[in-house]
Amino acid sequence: MTANGGMRIRIWGCRGSLPTPGASTVRYGGNTSCVEVGLEDGSLLVLDAGTGIRCLGDELVERGVREIRLLLTHLHLDHLEGLRFFAPMWNPEVSIDIWGPPSPTWSLRDRIARSFSPPLFPLDLKDVPSQVTFHDVPREPWTIGPFSLSASLVVHPGPTVGYRIEAGGATFAYIPDHEPALCGRIGELSPDWISGGAVAHGADLLLHDAQYFEDEYEARIGWGHSSVADAVAFAGAVEARRLLLFHHEPVHADTSLDLLEDRARELAGQNGRGPTLAREGMVVELRGPA
Amino acid sequence: MAVARPKHLVLILAREFASNLATPTMITDERGYLVFFNEAAEEVFGRSYAEVGEMPYDEWTSRFEPRSIATDEPVPLEHRPTGIALNEQRPAHERMRYTSIEGVARENSVTAFPLFAHHDELVGTVTIFWRE
Repeated sequence: MTANGGMRIRIWGCRGSLPTPGASTVRYGGNTSCVEVGLEDGSLLVLDAGTGIRCLGDELVERGVREIRLLLTHLHLDHLEGLRFFAPMWNPEVSIDIWGPPSPTWSLRDRIARSFSPPLFPLDLKDVPSQVTFHDVPREPWTIGPFSLSASLVVHPGPTVGYRIEAGGATFAYIPDHEPALCGRIGELSPDWISGGAVAHGADLLLHDAQYFEDEYEARIGWGHSSVADAVAFAGAVEARRLLLFHHEPVHADTSLDLLEDRARELAGQNGRGPTLAREGMVVELRGPA
Repeated sequence: MAVARPKHLVLILAREFASNLATPTMITDERGYLVFFNEAAEEVFGRSYAEVGEMPYDEWTSRFEPRSIATDEPVPLEHRPTGIALNEQRPAHERMRYTSIEGVARENSVTAFPLFAHHDELVGTVTIFWRE
């Protein structure tokens, strides 16, 4: 790998809350959160385990990948429900390291095991044949192979982290579920007082929650997600170079999401950040500042 | 220009909570730096937080000559509720007299408690000044 080879970000699922297959969602996709971060040398990280991870798993089997690193932002079902159908989990020759936010009471393994047990699932986590190791997200920055990582708790119900990933000369910030406006008007806060600010500051690409139009958000304050206006304001406040909007509201058909993207660009104005909506299958080649 | 230190989410949430409280409330980070007090606390201190900014809390509160109501003796740093919350990482309560920058003495019951993000990670303290 070259020092500045960049990162490849691939979206396997960008729907929020609930999978939404169907004719009205084919362009943006209906699978829930899953993102692959890859480097030229084949190193990869998997971010979240929504239903999008099922198709990624099939591809990783084809590629013959035997070591997988999965970073979970939190354990809401739309970020976890695909794990049970992630093909590498069922291969005894595969090792999977899973990081997630710590809890003061339950281990990460025990919390994930709830979804791997009856009545939610016919098998138990102890029946999984792959070599799975669970890790609490460290408080301090850490490395996974060529990736340098840091994580911070962010505003969302229950322990939830955002990740900052640096590799190949580029920086990617991943905050798929986030309601920073719950802590005050974003534009009026200094950056050190903005939830997620440390994770996202100056990132080459910020992937951020933008579940709602502004009028929808008014009826859903405190649910843990952002309006498109707050997502754009957050990106501006943290000086992200590029914004990718994520966690699409299940009731938003493709036509609605087109309008959401238009609205994001209108809000961003002439600042050059050009917000884009994430789409299933989208690949972003990310390179750091020249 | 110095870059401000990012605040832990628990402090961010505490500040938002405190800023909506009518009860005088002060927040420090885990180093003991004053990072916020709300509008209600302006009455206790005689200054707004915007006029003060971040500074070591002991440097700040010492300006108000906190004294024990029971003995009228100055309350040393380590015996002030905020100091106990920071150093011993436990809640503490004391009745004290503060003299604001304008010279107005007020008696308050002061309660301080530590904020833990994880069971062993102190991220700051909250101090509440109950009007007598």
